[in-house]
Amino acid sequence: MKWARIVAVAFLVVIGAMCLLADFIAPASYAHQFRDLPDAAPSRQHLLGTDDLGRDRFSRLLFGTRVSLFLAPAAALLSSLLAAVIGGTAGFLGGWWERCVMAATDLFLSLPWLFLLITVRALLPLNVSPLASVLITFALLGCLGWAAAARMTCSDARTICRSDFILQARSTGSWGLRLIARHVMPNLKPVLYAQFWISIPVFILAEANLGILGLGVAEPLPSWGSLLRELESFSTFSAQPWQFVPLILFIVVVSCFHLALQKQELPV
Amino acid sequence: MRTLAKHGAKLLITLLLGGFLGATLVRLAPGFGVDEEELDSRLSQKSIQALRQSHANHDSLPGFYLHYLSRLAEGDLGTSRTLQQPVSCLLADRLPETLKSVGLGLALGWTLGLALAIISVMSRSWCVDLLSSLLAGIFLCMPAAVLAILFVIASAPGRLVLGLIVFPKIFRYARNLLTRSASLPHVLTAKAKGLGSVRTLVWHILPVSAPQLLALAGVSVSTAFAAAIPVEALCDLPGVGQLAWKAALGRDLELLVALTMVVTMLTLLANSASDLLANSRRRGEA
Repeated sequence: MKWARIVAVAFLVVIGAMCLLADFIAPASYAHQFRDLPDAAPSRQHLLGTDDLGRDRFSRLLFGTRVSLFLAPAAALLSSLLAAVIGGTAGFLGGWWERCVMAATDLFLSLPWLFLLITVRALLPLNVSPLASVLITFALLGCLGWAAAARMTCSDARTICRSDFILQARSTGSWGLRLIARHVMPNLKPVLYAQFWISIPVFILAEANLGILGLGVAEPLPSWGSLLRELESFSTFSAQPWQFVPLILFIVVVSCFHLALQKQELPV
Repeated sequence: MRTLAKHGAKLLITLLLGGFLGATLVRLAPGFGVDEEELDSRLSQKSIQALRQSHANHDSLPGFYLHYLSRLAEGDLGTSRTLQQPVSCLLADRLPETLKSVGLGLALGWTLGLALAIISVMSRSWCVDLLSSLLAGIFLCMPAAVLAILFVIASAPGRLVLGLIVFPKIFRYARNLLTRSASLPHVLTAKAKGLGSVRTLVWHILPVSAPQLLALAGVSVSTAFAAAIPVEALCDLPGVGQLAWKAALGRDLELLVALTMVVTMLTLLANSASDLLANSRRRGEA
């Protein structure tokens, strides 16, 4: 399966580069309306046609992919950092703090993920600027997705703290922050790294679900959620097949993440 | 009995914590305590003052929480601001629909996931394994909302979507678990002695994997409930998921918090039941 992983990573790199260069590749801005061409079929000018507001679909796909593909890792980084701090301190300190953290983790893991997300999203204003809506959506994903990673980190930190090299470090006078920074954190890196990569496709899927339900990124800024929301206006599969391109790209990109992560995923 | 009490206590503490968090969310939400009736120009200053006074009693967070908890103990989950109906009535109307969808989804997801995992492990054919992994992979990469939209376009029953969301997770976990169990020394010995595939599976592979599969059952309930929101909202199924979506759009926090708490309670019950079953199975084996 090594070749499959290489192909997946290469595909992700190409898509990432295309999204980074969206300003140069895209034929128009994601918000520009060609008012005389609403719902146009694919042509030389508009490779994937235009949407019902006359916006170029290919441009929106590039910019939307950029939003989802670059902010999902940012959310994953936030959740991994939270997991490192919460789970790491719980495993390191142990005792009542560990019990409290594990109880909070249990509570978070028992809450159905989407119920929790929409409850917290509803607490925040829905009529915010598009940029604020992007930041709110991904910050929420990052802030609420730490529980599973914290559990893993806590368990690893506990094992590390009981190991011989930590005992030796303590005996040579290494305590507190120095011990954490020099000995515990470097050994927690692999599990945090794995959790970071595993979170990315999960957050991409969650953003898509929120976006389709109208609780994600606000218009006119595109994201995968808002692009896939267009499918709602379909009545048949054959009417405008090119409109399925965002969905196909979405499935391929998330599959590539899963393929690339196969080594990172933890055994049963 | 002791384990049962431990699970009960854990459930109660989690619910109290969840209730506190929910009450805090409701209390701190912007616009809390502001009554639309205050905008009625026919009301006198005295009436407006009386309206404000009625809200002021629960102004502090601890006071509000105590009031919230006492209402919960009496079975009063509050009133929906957007639908102007008691939350308990809305739940009584909608919960059976969601339970039906989740039950059907879980049955379909488990049947499909477990059957494909067994076929994939027992056939030992790379072609079968690749095809089943590919199928599960496609569904794993699809948001529940997209699957729901595709089912609406195809005029297929929306309830099945929940099964297709649960299926890849069951398949992947069960396949890894069964592959590991199938390579245990006693299974290899049984095979070498000429025991048939079905017998090996039923007598030697499944019993070893059963506790972990039972533990997965609780997790799959949470997955199915979470997927119920987009599925019911987009397939127009009048369940709790659709209600939660409407409440989120209308910023009806009292209703949302009550729904989240009820669903969390159901998930916790399922988790505790699967844990108890898995533990008793392990003890039985020991």
